[in-house]
Amino acid sequence: MTGVAQAVQNRRSILRAVATIAAAAGVYQALAMSGVFAPALLPKLQTILSTLIAMLADGTMVRHAAYTLYRVLFGFALATAVGIPLGIVMARFKWVENFFLPLVSALMPIPSFSLVPLFMLWFGIGNLTTILIVFYASTFPMLFNTWTGVRAVNPLWLRAAGCMGADERKLFWKVIIPGASPFIITGMRQAFLRSWIAVVGAEMIAASDWGLGWVIFDAKEFLQADVMMASLVMIGAIGFVFERLVFGSLERLTVLRWGMVRLAKG
Amino acid sequence: MVPIEIREVTLIYDTPDGKVPGVKDVSFNVDASEFVCIVGPSGCGKSTLLNIIAGFLTPATGEIRIGGKPVSGRGMDRGVVFQDFAQLFPWRTALGNVSFGLEMKGVPKAERERIAREQLRLVKLEKFTSAYPHHLSGGMQQRVAIARALAYNPAILLMDEPFAALDALTRDDMQRLLADVWQKTRKTVIYVTHNVAEAVYLADRVIVMTPHPGTVKTEIRIPLSRPRDPLSAEFIEWQKTLLRELGQDENRSTGIGYEPTT
Repeated sequence: MTGVAQAVQNRRSILRAVATIAAAAGVYQALAMSGVFAPALLPKLQTILSTLIAMLADGTMVRHAAYTLYRVLFGFALATAVGIPLGIVMARFKWVENFFLPLVSALMPIPSFSLVPLFMLWFGIGNLTTILIVFYASTFPMLFNTWTGVRAVNPLWLRAAGCMGADERKLFWKVIIPGASPFIITGMRQAFLRSWIAVVGAEMIAASDWGLGWVIFDAKEFLQADVMMASLVMIGAIGFVFERLVFGSLERLTVLRWGMVRLAKG
Repeated sequence: MVPIEIREVTLIYDTPDGKVPGVKDVSFNVDASEFVCIVGPSGCGKSTLLNIIAGFLTPATGEIRIGGKPVSGRGMDRGVVFQDFAQLFPWRTALGNVSFGLEMKGVPKAERERIAREQLRLVKLEKFTSAYPHHLSGGMQQRVAIARALAYNPAILLMDEPFAALDALTRDDMQRLLADVWQKTRKTVIYVTHNVAEAVYLADRVIVMTPHPGTVKTEIRIPLSRPRDPLSAEFIEWQKTLLRELGQDENRSTGIGYEPTT
């Protein structure tokens, strides 16, 4: 694709995203202005926006977001560091799979949120508990997708690489990881999403003073629906940026470029 | 290059219906730099035999000797080309695929890229070194696979119906190219096919196998000079001879380009 065509397509894709969000905001604004709900409970867009700007300007929102992002990224990194290798080893060695799979099946359905009180008893309030909750929530999608991805690696690639003298370690880095990459990237996306869900929940009870989850929970004490909404906008914006820019770019640079996944037609 | 001896090789498949012999008491020799085709109907164990020689399967009895030494398992003395286009690594360019074996051997980057470029030139893909497999046609992908199998310089090339999934015109081109590559590199080649015309075009000698259980029925030497003309009378005579051996004689087909369905 030429640079110009790429630029046009990028602009179109941004325009489409803006149109979708503008339509949703319009519906919200109509509802807020209809007077059916009290303005304190359903603030108008301009109120939310001015609260958001004020909180960004005095630095509190940035600090809340930074705390949350730190917990998300730390927990997500741990989940990646554990989930990817364990998923690969489970798919490669039957006895590892036999050992871990029942454990995974039993732990996975436990909502991360239900562990928050227990983790608070063990680790107190603050970063450690929230990071561990994020880690717990995001490890399973990472692990499961990697495990599936490695089992879906074309056996011909392994045969061909084996013929060419690849040992187990080289197979791991040069064939299995790239071969399973469409699944691994999907795993990272799902894990990141779960991280956000988990962190907000964990921060509501197990954080103090800082964090987007904490600020939402705290705002209910003062009937500050606008603060809640502004924080939600922040969460949505950060999630959007990560999904589109970080994971979108990762996909474009790897599996899309390699033809291992394709764009939707039209 | 290196001769291959196949000595009384038997392999038994364990199936839900009991033990089924895949190949039984198969013995033949391949001379150094000889091009041998294994021909037979589907289910005759020709691919199984190739997989045994490649080291993917272990025979129940018998042995494979390469250059006089018995071998077990895979080895870099053998390059393998499969039928499926998907054998290439989609995350590597043509050059990256071809240099894989050299990378495993620990050849420095500049050196392995030089060799890989040379191999791609041999299969006439020098313009496509930086293309990813999904941008290449089926015929081009199979050429990359051949270049990849040749790049780390194995003495033996094992090919399992590499052109069976290509259209007829491309297949003719590929056969010419392979005959050319073989004459330049002088590898010992074992080539599995169910296409009689392909065997007569490529082989010094054809091993005819019959199924249930897979055994060698006969060996036929093709004494035609190269390059061979597939439209000449003697070429067609050799095709008829092979078809007779396969039990597909004239009253069942015209003989030209006949392919038993798989």
